[in-house]
Amino acid sequence: MAAGSAVGIVGPNGAGKTTLLDVLAGAQPPTAGSVHFRGTDVTSASAADRCRMGIGRTHQVPRPFVDMTVFENVYVGATAGGRLRGSAAYERCLSVLELSGLLPVANRRAMSLGLLHRKRLELARALAAGPEVLLLDEIGGGLTDAEAEELLETIERLRRQGIAIVWIEHIVHVLVRAVDRLICMDAGRVIADGPPDEVLQDATVIDAYLGKQE
Amino acid sequence: MTTAAGLRVERWTRNSVIRSSLIGLAVLGLFAAPTVFEPAITQKLTGLWILVLMAAMWNALAGYGGLVSVGQQAFIGIGAYSTIYLTHAGVEGYTAMALAVGITAILAFLTSFVVLRLRGGEFAIAMWVVAEVFRQFVSFDSSVGGGTGISLTALGVYGPDYGRAFTYWWALTAATAALLILFFLLRSRFGAALQAIRDDESAAASLGVRVRSSKRIVFVLTSTGCGAAGAAILANTLFVQPNSIFSVQWTAMMIFMVLVGGLGTFEGPILGALILFLLQNQFGNGGVWYFIGLGASAVLFALFMPRGIWGTITERFDLRLTPIGYWVRGPAPPTARDPGLAQSDEGPPTDPPSEVAQ
Repeated sequence: MAAGSAVGIVGPNGAGKTTLLDVLAGAQPPTAGSVHFRGTDVTSASAADRCRMGIGRTHQVPRPFVDMTVFENVYVGATAGGRLRGSAAYERCLSVLELSGLLPVANRRAMSLGLLHRKRLELARALAAGPEVLLLDEIGGGLTDAEAEELLETIERLRRQGIAIVWIEHIVHVLVRAVDRLICMDAGRVIADGPPDEVLQDATVIDAYLGKQE
Repeated sequence: MTTAAGLRVERWTRNSVIRSSLIGLAVLGLFAAPTVFEPAITQKLTGLWILVLMAAMWNALAGYGGLVSVGQQAFIGIGAYSTIYLTHAGVEGYTAMALAVGITAILAFLTSFVVLRLRGGEFAIAMWVVAEVFRQFVSFDSSVGGGTGISLTALGVYGPDYGRAFTYWWALTAATAALLILFFLLRSRFGAALQAIRDDESAAASLGVRVRSSKRIVFVLTSTGCGAAGAAILANTLFVQPNSIFSVQWTAMMIFMVLVGGLGTFEGPILGALILFLLQNQFGNGGVWYFIGLGASAVLFALFMPRGIWGTITERFDLRLTPIGYWVRGPAPPTARDPGLAQSDEGPPTDPPSEVAQ
């Protein structure tokens, strides 16, 4: 993937989308194949090391550090993954909290957050680590139209900063506006890969995924 | 630090500085106890600081490191028996106790390479096996009395009254030092990573936290603290026997204190130690019923108050006494949707606040 590019991944439940993201992020080992990042084989690197290299991720079901405040959640990303210290870490945290609209709840414990804020926190934490590639797992689910627009703006801004995006999403009409390449998976296989418009017209994709949604 | 938008991150508030100063003064006052109380009471209070130390260590291990061990008595025994071995080699009693803590650290570091390969229940049981191995080792060594145990004679030179006072100061210093190390560790970047591991290990790893090396540091640190507790237990009772010092009852007591006080909180284990100390003094002669009572209480807490007393209080009132957190302060951010931050520089009446402002 080139810097600032964006790939969307769609497919029915159980297609293996999250598993693919886990393999890319180092949360699961691949049963076959390898993962390369900046020309280096990182297949054997741990999840923590991959994050430090610049592969960030969010989780499909948000996994906040519930007993820590929102700021502290983000601070973990900035200091562990981003390896920032002192005021540089604080600055990074405050800027990603502002970007994700979480500043007003910065001092709240994550356990008290609703789903929308939890999803924003997933994104903020991953960004605090300063990723070059960001793996997003269904962060658009449950958003209103206005919130989805805001998310699209954020994604566009991240791309302009040179961050490459891999985004799994069921809300296809939102996803296709953010990505320049779309992959459709089914039963652990890639069944289509190309420009979003072409993939959405693909008969196999309509049969395996889009048709089933109706 | 203040950003261009006028936001800043605070670690200490006026309230927390006042509170911490008062706690510091109270601890300093506790050092005077042997000059005020009778030796028998001094000895009992020594037991309290040992309990505080043990509870804080098990809490850090299980509550922050996610390492539930039922074998921490291994390091309590190592601390005690290393003291015996060193005094036999001619080292002065209290110096031997300090060196024994170092020996415990080395052995804990070496042990970590074996046991930290295991997870969950396997780790817990492996630690019990480790404790049994060390118990067997000293049980067969006649130079330290074998299975019948041995007295610590090196402290005899100070006489009973001074000996009790010195042991009290040693235990209080060890407990205070352990809590201070833990406090500054939790305030550091490493502390944030540890709290993240406590809440969600794999999410922490996905944010760059090196979980295994973090756990190793916690394991060695807390095991070393248990070694200090073991040396203090020996100095307080002046006798050690393998079956008692390597007994799983120490871990049972630690679990009780931490479950009742609040797992994964800084203050909870101290509260748990105070409760166990009071129970020991009220019902400690109750024999087997005393232990049944402790066990039943721990089970009830685990079932109906899983966050313990302090954990429940902090959850309900969003309260933390020790300033290990980070607070964002400053003027309102320029977003229309969200109401923004408070203007106050003084901090809320109780810190931390549940929100900056709404």
